[in-house]
Amino acid sequence: MSLLKQKSCHWGGRALLGVSIALLAGNAQAGAHFSSALVLLHPAGMVAAQQGHLIVVSTLLMLLVIVPVMALTVLFAWRYRGSNSRAHYAPDWDHSTQLELVIWSAPLLIIIALGAVTWISTHTLDPYRPLQRAAGMPPVASPKPLVVEVVALDWKWLFIYPEQGIAAVNELAAPVDTPIDFKITAASVMNSFFIPALAGQIYAMPGMQTQLHAVINRAGDYEGFSANYSGAGFSDMRFKFHGLSSAEFARWVQTVRSKGGTLDSGRYLQLERPSERVPVSRYGTVASGLFDSIVARSLMGSHLSPGREH
Amino acid sequence: MQTSTELTRLVLGRLSWEALPLHEPILVWTFIAVAMAGACLIGAVTYYRLWGPFWREWVTSIDHKKIGIMYVVLGLVMLLRGFADALMMRAQQALAFGGSQGYLPPHHYDQIFTAHGVIMIFFVAMPLVTGLMNFVVPLQIGARDVAFPFLNNFSFWMTTFGAALVMMSLFVGEFARTGWLAYPPLSGLAASPDVGVDYYIWSLQIAGVGTLLSGINLIATIIKMRAPGMTLMKMPVFTWTALCTNVLIVAAFPVLTAVLVLLSLDRYVGTSFFTNDLGGNAMMYVNLIWIWGHPEVYILILPAFGVFSEVVATFCGKRLFGYASMVYATVVITILSYLVWLHHFFTMGSGASVNSFFGITTMIISIPTGAKMFNWLFTMYRGRIRFELPMLWTLGFMLTFVLGGMSGVLLAVPPADFVLHNSLFLVAHFHNVIIGGVVFGMLAGMTYWFPKAFGYRLDPFWGKCSFWFWLVGFYFAFMPLYVLGLMGVTRRLSHFEDPSLQIWFQIAAFGAVLILLGIVSLIVQLAVSYARRESLRDTTGDPWDGRTLEWSTSSPPPAYNFAFTPRVYDNDTWADMKKSHYQRPRTGFIPIHMPQNTAAGFVIAALCAVCGFALIWRMWLPAVVAFAAALAAIIVHTFNYKRDYHIPATEVAHAENERTRVLEGYV
Repeated sequence: MSLLKQKSCHWGGRALLGVSIALLAGNAQAGAHFSSALVLLHPAGMVAAQQGHLIVVSTLLMLLVIVPVMALTVLFAWRYRGSNSRAHYAPDWDHSTQLELVIWSAPLLIIIALGAVTWISTHTLDPYRPLQRAAGMPPVASPKPLVVEVVALDWKWLFIYPEQGIAAVNELAAPVDTPIDFKITAASVMNSFFIPALAGQIYAMPGMQTQLHAVINRAGDYEGFSANYSGAGFSDMRFKFHGLSSAEFARWVQTVRSKGGTLDSGRYLQLERPSERVPVSRYGTVASGLFDSIVARSLMGSHLSPGREH
Repeated sequence: MQTSTELTRLVLGRLSWEALPLHEPILVWTFIAVAMAGACLIGAVTYYRLWGPFWREWVTSIDHKKIGIMYVVLGLVMLLRGFADALMMRAQQALAFGGSQGYLPPHHYDQIFTAHGVIMIFFVAMPLVTGLMNFVVPLQIGARDVAFPFLNNFSFWMTTFGAALVMMSLFVGEFARTGWLAYPPLSGLAASPDVGVDYYIWSLQIAGVGTLLSGINLIATIIKMRAPGMTLMKMPVFTWTALCTNVLIVAAFPVLTAVLVLLSLDRYVGTSFFTNDLGGNAMMYVNLIWIWGHPEVYILILPAFGVFSEVVATFCGKRLFGYASMVYATVVITILSYLVWLHHFFTMGSGASVNSFFGITTMIISIPTGAKMFNWLFTMYRGRIRFELPMLWTLGFMLTFVLGGMSGVLLAVPPADFVLHNSLFLVAHFHNVIIGGVVFGMLAGMTYWFPKAFGYRLDPFWGKCSFWFWLVGFYFAFMPLYVLGLMGVTRRLSHFEDPSLQIWFQIAAFGAVLILLGIVSLIVQLAVSYARRESLRDTTGDPWDGRTLEWSTSSPPPAYNFAFTPRVYDNDTWADMKKSHYQRPRTGFIPIHMPQNTAAGFVIAALCAVCGFALIWRMWLPAVVAFAAALAAIIVHTFNYKRDYHIPATEVAHAENERTRVLEGYV
């Protein structure tokens, strides 16, 4: 990543050249930087890691049929070019039962394999399913998950920690190796809650609650954002996700609790109004049941008026 | 005083001088350029006294060939608009890094990506596909015209006026800022109170009527008007794909119409189908629109598959390999395309079993598609391949489309989709199949049938320039987007923070410039071909050594297509006729019954567009008046008894014998 960053300081063409030469020459450092930039293939959470693994496996399975097709296309186009009079010409040959069997069964076999992979992985990686330890993955440390309630607002994210009684806007933190149980909704329009390094995304929809189970296995700061266009402030609807050690997380909770303000329904209705590029803010106390009333749409906010401009 | 304000409101609705985007310099300059070009065009048409011929021979024409050509022209004109949007987006994303917000504020940028999607699908791809089907299908099945010639003209003008409404939103008011499928609640009245979404709704509703009617028309044509002997399993593959596409249109477009009606009820009357409160459910809209939306992508790709099947057989000088399996594959795709819509929103949070079901049905579609790919491949096997332009496009398609198919199947695996959904990987995927499949297919089809339509070939040099710019440009423009998707970059962002991403957007913008050169080459190709038409002239009517019936008539074909209805004994009818030394008839010509041109289609469609415009701006009085006028025009048209005429036998005999003489000059 840092190398790519340096490169982009120079003008575009040179950076392009640099990257491609580095990749072509198998420059280990540049290659490693490039591949770590592909966050979906090198994430920091167990769920995302399995999803990334699935991308690789499925692609390899499909290449079994794609590569021969592409090679044969080029080969046949060259071999049977009009000027090549030595090639066999059979203008009326249009059927072969054996060939037809191969044509239909080759893709069929691959799809049977891929279908089995799909059925199993869709069930094991169901975002609604509490986490289990997967083979080759680090163990889930604490049996008790951290509950985080996520609200997509116009255009910022509100994270409520009901067990800790705190909340934060545009900032999310969680201890490593601890399962996180996200409950997700939205205030006015649909968004999608996505932290690529952690796990796949899930829609945040007003009046509805979705769920996501995930775990972060490596401490660090990660990007989170809305992955579903939601209007004018969408591009800045980003937040930082901090993967912290248990001690650091406890300290973070303590800081929020001691220094943050109060989030009650009145403050929430102010927060709910459309705003863009919202800085991080923290709340040390949160009215109980706030998330449920947002899902139930029982707070009398601007969303009940027929139009923002009317 | 008060009554006069009320009257003004009744007549003008929300429309006022403020609707004109005088504060947006990009739009003002665009308007000046468009106005000047328009004035030149109008001036030229007036100077050369072409209004009369234009009205009599094109606007009111109900000849399927002319309507087909007009559809293609509409598609190409709208391609310029849709592509201008694409260039602006690529430029914005290449520039807007770090602190920079780029040159487009979100308000403008969000309209551009919405308009780009709507225009490219509804007003570029659809007219090109419908245009080719309109032109080719009656000729391929040995028919005089389509089943309902007047309806055909009306359908075309509805589509065109739908496009005109979208264009109007550029200069009067604004377009939707919702993404091309206008998901509520964002497209609801609360989040989008302005006219943008209304422009979206009414342009699609008006164009949708045209598409639906043209679907019915072509199904009736293919089912009822095939030449004797042409059983379903002797139909050319392009006609088969056209049949399946139109079945899809007739079954899918009413769903779009219905869901847009529900959305307009929410917006106009205050119902709560898709609102957040009072029992509405926005995900119902998402389900319904994709029940239309997924078949729609097959509506576009199937005719392209048909074109490739015709082209590959012709330019390999060989019968198509596996005709029957090609037909079954097409039909299987048609049916399966209705069982996959949920894969567009696995991330909604439906259960694992539901997601697996839709994921696996989606993958199953790749089996018949793969079979088709092998069929083209084995048609090339032991052929004699001529690398003319249509064949180049086909090879470009075969190599490009498989990659798009692969990324598509990958997106069908739900857990993979959870990380790839809405990312630039997805954007790369569907451009990979739409450009590599639909666009290459339509360009192959246009180059292939151009000599049939105009009597001369397209210039190969500029065509090859266009092909290589498009092909290379595509890879430069979209491979970086695959990479960005794997980096977790989502779509529709107007600016970025991470500077390490910028290089990929710059490569993509470079690719877009290459595609621009491809489009410019295409225009140059048309101009050069027109200028050199005498040296590119084809008098045989069969410039490529074709295999199907359309190559048996003259180029351009006479108004009546075939003096005698041909008899069909083989799927490659014309190749079969050539092999058995077909003799042209010299006597026995009879008068030919033909449909009469009419202005009714244009008039009714224009009134519908006025009604739509009035509804967009809530101009209730003009809306009611225009609607009543459209109804009146329909009723008046039913009393029009001058609907047909006969071409006298002597005239037919003269034209046919003239052509026989020309052809004999070659022997």
